[in-house]
Amino acid sequence: MDITVIYYLVPSLIMFCCGVYGFVTRKNMIAMLISLELMLNSVDINFVVFNRYLFPHQLEGMFFTLFAIAIAAAETALAIAIIINIFRASKNIDVTDVTKMKF
Amino acid sequence: MESVGSIIMYVIIALSIVVFSVLTVTTRKILRSATYLLFTLFATAALYFKLDYEFLGAVQIAVYAGGIVVLFVFSILLTSHPGHSSEKLVSRKRVLGLTLALATLVIAGYALISRCSVMFAKLPEMENPAMSKIGETLMGTGAGEYLLPFEAISVLLLACIIGGVVVARKR
Repeated sequence: MDITVIYYLVPSLIMFCCGVYGFVTRKNMIAMLISLELMLNSVDINFVVFNRYLFPHQLEGMFFTLFAIAIAAAETALAIAIIINIFRASKNIDVTDVTKMKF
Repeated sequence: MESVGSIIMYVIIALSIVVFSVLTVTTRKILRSATYLLFTLFATAALYFKLDYEFLGAVQIAVYAGGIVVLFVFSILLTSHPGHSSEKLVSRKRVLGLTLALATLVIAGYALISRCSVMFAKLPEMENPAMSKIGETLMGTGAGEYLLPFEAISVLLLACIIGGVVVARKR
């Protein structure tokens, strides 16, 4: 049995769909952020797998994943700062209850 | 032809990715959700190691599993009661989420199947990218080299630090 590209893309696709499901159903902001991380991570896997299988002598996919990881870390840190600030203001981080900035 | 050990490794990695990512979004205790996310990220790092990108796997463990998950756990402990479960989903919301997820699955799965010839490419031979090659690619200015994005990322991280301090400080 050979392990081809699709053997890696299918788990990554399932991970992405889990991220979509969690992002729609969760109400807690941190749980939504966790679902977002799942989606980002599955895209990273796709970059690496395509790089490894289709263009093995270049490093483009690997570097794109590297930068994506760095940006995801920055984005998560900032989002958590915002969430903690919201918690301080309203003692609650359910998205349905945070409506002060709604027009 | 892959060796038996390689196939067993693949099965373990793929199963843990699928199982833990499903558990991440279905468990009702949020601290458990963060823990399952950690396991998913570890499985992804193992996948990078299996595909011979050792540097990337190390970065994945250090930044994601070491940095981001710790941030998540701290913010969960700061903002919610650890033993507290989220309330049961209303069925309308669950149906909406399932519909969207299944639609994504079907569309992307169809796109995968309709590109069969690429999807069954064999694993080509590759030398592990040496650390010196990675460093030169990261710091070079030629075609296919990444000094400019590297500098942009450093400015982004600085902006992020300042933004985090400004947003989260006590007034």
